[in-house]
Amino acid sequence: MAGPLNWISQISSITKFGLMSIPQRRGAVASTVIGIAGVVAVLVGVLSIAVGFKQVMTASASPDAAIVLRSGSDSEMVSGLGRAETVLIGDAPGVARDAQGPLSSAELFVMINLPKRTTGTDANVPLRGVDRAALQVRDSVKITSGRMFEWGKNEVIVGVGAAQEFSGLGVDSKVVVGQYEWPVVGTFSAKGGIAESEIWTDAKVLQAAYNRGDSFQSVYTRLNSPASFQQFKDGLTSNPQLNVKVLRQSEYYAEESRVITTLITTLGILIAGLMALGAVFGALNTMYSSVSARTREIATLRALGFGSGAVVVSVLLESLLLALLGGAIGGSLAYFAFNNFHTSTMNFQTFSQVAFAFKVTPELLVQGIIWSVLIGMIGGLFPAIRAARLPIAAALREL
Amino acid sequence: MSETKSGNGTLVGIDGVQKVFQRGSEKIHVLADLNLQVRTGEFLALMGPSGSGKSTLLNLIGGLDRPTRGSVSIAGERIEQLSDRRLAAWRARHVGFVFQLYNLMPTLAADRNVELPLLLTHLSKSERRKHVETALAMVGLSHRAKHHPRTLSGGEQQRVGIARAIVTDPTLLLCDEPTGDLDRKAGDEILTLLEALNREHGKTIIMVTHDPHASARASRTVHLNKGQLSNEPVK
Repeated sequence: MAGPLNWISQISSITKFGLMSIPQRRGAVASTVIGIAGVVAVLVGVLSIAVGFKQVMTASASPDAAIVLRSGSDSEMVSGLGRAETVLIGDAPGVARDAQGPLSSAELFVMINLPKRTTGTDANVPLRGVDRAALQVRDSVKITSGRMFEWGKNEVIVGVGAAQEFSGLGVDSKVVVGQYEWPVVGTFSAKGGIAESEIWTDAKVLQAAYNRGDSFQSVYTRLNSPASFQQFKDGLTSNPQLNVKVLRQSEYYAEESRVITTLITTLGILIAGLMALGAVFGALNTMYSSVSARTREIATLRALGFGSGAVVVSVLLESLLLALLGGAIGGSLAYFAFNNFHTSTMNFQTFSQVAFAFKVTPELLVQGIIWSVLIGMIGGLFPAIRAARLPIAAALREL
Repeated sequence: MSETKSGNGTLVGIDGVQKVFQRGSEKIHVLADLNLQVRTGEFLALMGPSGSGKSTLLNLIGGLDRPTRGSVSIAGERIEQLSDRRLAAWRARHVGFVFQLYNLMPTLAADRNVELPLLLTHLSKSERRKHVETALAMVGLSHRAKHHPRTLSGGEQQRVGIARAIVTDPTLLLCDEPTGDLDRKAGDEILTLLEALNREHGKTIIMVTHDPHASARASRTVHLNKGQLSNEPVK
């Protein structure tokens, strides 16, 4: 008589009756589904900002690339290295070389103000001075239009992210900063990495323009292999002539993005959490009304011999199905509205703008679905228990 | 007391049953030390004024409620001692309920309503269909199998209710005011159907009613008043 198959068939029949009665309560059902969809859309949407930002910050960092800063500095902004030090770093063990020498780029950067396309207000853009090895050090960098700047000239190339976010950065236009004019001769991509938010020129030209003498802020190096990092780091930290901090580029960028991603993630979860609370009450209301509208039906089924466990599970199941529907709608909404939505924000570590796109990843969608399932579970549980505890004899006569 | 013990052939045995409902701080004694035996194959009418406890007694016999004290034995099984789960399984196997307001699933056609209790059995789909066809034929509604309750008359809905009650071939048929919501003609047809089920198919039927016309069709009538049974109508 009572086997698992029988139990499943009980659950499926009761669930079916519940679902079939949805047209009679479509208002409440729709508001619940939309409520849950809203929670998931906001959650996924906000978290996709953090994911997109982090992705940009870490995208271009290959595991065999390192960055060297002055010891004690958290970012390039506050770091400073002399020419002699950068040469020692380039000659350290573990650094890859080509015919022209070590793949090591001593770099510096200044902040310049440019108007944003969207608002017209000025924001910081890093103008970076790079060495000849810069393109080999970051092999993700590709010229996408125009040409590479000429060494020794005050020409610049512009990252595609910066070109998109700021006005006046097209090829053949000029960036005017103070008394200097910097002709834009090309644009470049960097596999979506942070370099795309920058403007590049020759380090020596930038040093002269900004009276930086022969000082740099960082050295970007390419190593023989990811495994060479320890050898490289040990070589530098044990050198008494140097007082430096050595990081993998991926570590450096992950750390740089931590403040923003933590802030956005916390905010996203907080907002979605508050909305979820509202959605839980919506689900509770819908499921209580579903149970009370079907009081006599449920009592009749119980009288016929359907078990109370099957009633609990099927009310929960109905709630879960509605929640999943809401989750799916919210997830799709977030995907179509936010995925690859381009914007830029302040990187608080360097006070410069980082251009990035929202990323609605499968992991985020799964997270959204998990939230909707939890809302459905909580919203369905108490009504399900009420349904199972209905006094059959009295409920049979309810109109 | 109204009953003489019939010994062999007793299907329903109610022994010293008391039922007390708690309403706030007030205790309401609905059934007081009640005894009743129903033999296999009987068609018993349970009469009494409103609030006399007829439906409560029927619910106890059907395992929908438990007595405060006393025992309810059906075919030798003490059903008040069964767990909720086993009681639900017992109801599915042994009892067919016919309700005053039919209690059909509004979203299901007549045949699917009749099939409901069979979902609790191991019958295959085709076996279930055969049982449903037989039950609908017995109540004379084969031609209305695909109709939804709202498109059926009250009398037809009650026939569907009866088909659902007999489709599992239960030991006992419990009818709570089966004609209470019907006009005289439709009510008569339902009573004729119940009579036939009793006489021709040997179904044991217990029917709660307050209508003397209905109780006249039963093979025996007992009267319930203030929680006590008697053979005489309440004055």
